[in-house]
Amino acid sequence: MDSKLSKVLERTYIFCIFAFLYVPFAIIIIYSFNKAQSNIVFSGFTLDWYTKLFNDDDVITALINSLTIATLSTIISAIIGTVGALGLKRHKFKGKGIIDLLLYIPIVIPEIIMGISLLVFFSVLQLDFGIFTLVLAHTTFCIPFVLINVKSRLADFDMSIEEAAMDLGASKVTVFRTITLPAIFPSVISGAMLAFALSLDDVIINIFLGGPESTTLPIKIFSMLKFGLSPEINALCTIMLLTTFVVLILSQGIKLRRDK
Amino acid sequence: MLKKRFKALIILLAVSVIGTTFVGCSKSNTTKTNTEKIVNIYTWANYVPDTVVKGFEKSTGIKVNYSNFSTNEEMLAKLQAAKGGQYDVIICADYMVQIMAKQKNVLLKPINQSAIANYKNLDKAYLGQYYDKTNKYSVPYSLGSEMIVYNPDKVKIDIKGISDLWDPSLKGSEVLLEDSRSVIGMALTKLGYSINETDPAKLAEAKAELKKLRANVKVFDADTPMTSLINGDTNIGVMWGSQASAALKGNAKFKIVYPKEGMQFETDNLVIPVKAPHEKNAEKFINYVLDGKVSSEITTGIEYINVNTAAKEFMAQSVLNNKAIYVPNEEFTKAKHLEDAGSASKVYDTIWSEFKQQ
Repeated sequence: MDSKLSKVLERTYIFCIFAFLYVPFAIIIIYSFNKAQSNIVFSGFTLDWYTKLFNDDDVITALINSLTIATLSTIISAIIGTVGALGLKRHKFKGKGIIDLLLYIPIVIPEIIMGISLLVFFSVLQLDFGIFTLVLAHTTFCIPFVLINVKSRLADFDMSIEEAAMDLGASKVTVFRTITLPAIFPSVISGAMLAFALSLDDVIINIFLGGPESTTLPIKIFSMLKFGLSPEINALCTIMLLTTFVVLILSQGIKLRRDK
Repeated sequence: MLKKRFKALIILLAVSVIGTTFVGCSKSNTTKTNTEKIVNIYTWANYVPDTVVKGFEKSTGIKVNYSNFSTNEEMLAKLQAAKGGQYDVIICADYMVQIMAKQKNVLLKPINQSAIANYKNLDKAYLGQYYDKTNKYSVPYSLGSEMIVYNPDKVKIDIKGISDLWDPSLKGSEVLLEDSRSVIGMALTKLGYSINETDPAKLAEAKAELKKLRANVKVFDADTPMTSLINGDTNIGVMWGSQASAALKGNAKFKIVYPKEGMQFETDNLVIPVKAPHEKNAEKFINYVLDGKVSSEITTGIEYINVNTAAKEFMAQSVLNNKAIYVPNEEFTKAKHLEDAGSASKVYDTIWSEFKQQ
């Protein structure tokens, strides 16, 4: 009896938490199919808002820009982050503690400060604002997420396995390819996934560092609010949610296959 | 040890080489851009309808890069940091034109009106306003205005102007814009003062007036005030024209009133930043949006008030009859314009926060 009750409680608790997390998204998605202009009454099913969006070249460009920037900065930060974590694990040097601490700065620093400082910095360098500056900026704040993820995985990693492989005659490259990388790969992927999500939904840095040809989806949504909330915005949010989910599923798929 | 130093030197060298290449690249880019068939537009999303952008691209062969900001201030910050940036045409609010024009020729480029053939289509009523007396830097694009919208089923008194919002019968049924200048401006209007009043004594009177108004206000909402009207939470409200139009779409019974004390207008303007890389294309774009037919297309799309005399003949009867979109320009002549309150801004802020806490 008692265990039954606790089971019911357990289920309700989980249900409540998930409802709290996902009901708002569900509402946005439902209202994106709403015939009426406003978010108040649901007056019928329609795909008009999606047709309208896909006929708007700006939306397509914004989606492509968002994906390009996120993909490039994810790849770059995954490589730099992994290399950095390996380096920090293997070598001991003076000031290592400070470097460990410095890693957290891009994570804890308010985004607006990072945006403004990069804006001034790039202006001094006379760089043209656009996709290039955005990839640089996103890479900057994505690296620590990958690095810290990989670092914590490496903490449990037994370095003597690598030494054993080398004793048996494997080259450094072979050791990395067949031993180290497979061991840390899940953490690389989860770090990279975090980086991708962060890059995709960034608003503040994009405001400061975007150029004439680099409007991203979140900026577009934010700017559309001049005309108030509309089903069009709901539809756009749904598209963004879907993009994020696809990335999530893909990366989890890779991870699971690797783990097997 | 020596090896380590050597390594560090190589890294330093590589970094500086890469650095200079990037700087070099960007410099060569800015010099060769003039002949490109490109125009960079910077404004709110969808403020220039997509059909108009495509029409311009088709008729001139110039590619439009349309980028978005969400507030005037954000745009200003970016332009200041990049000392003019890479944009060719910006559409922004009137008070922002005033701020940018004050930074003498640093941010804005004087507009060559003779290069814009359709400039003659502009309604003279909207030219030479306080923010740019000779229209040296700005070309009006569209107008927004604040109006009263009410539900005649619920509101039984005759609504003529702002002062009627103080009527005790409207207790707990109003929606106002969440905007200090708009709401304090209403109290100043009721007292017969300027909405840009800076005299502390008069502002104190306005504060007392607002105290009486508080009981009538149920909702503050800057972005979607029409929502509470449509779902019946409130019965009367003050909102911008495009929001009023949305309210009418939600319930056709609603009535729009232009306040008898004069409406508050905000003009959005086309400007060319000082470093615009494609100035000629910017002029072509401005000329295109001032064309009568295109201007009518814009008004129908964004539902802001039209400033173009040539557009009227192209507009559908439904647009001309829509009180939210088509405001006769006599209203504009008795209109009030919001100006920078300067040092009084702080007084406005305190009045506002006290009013909202009541």
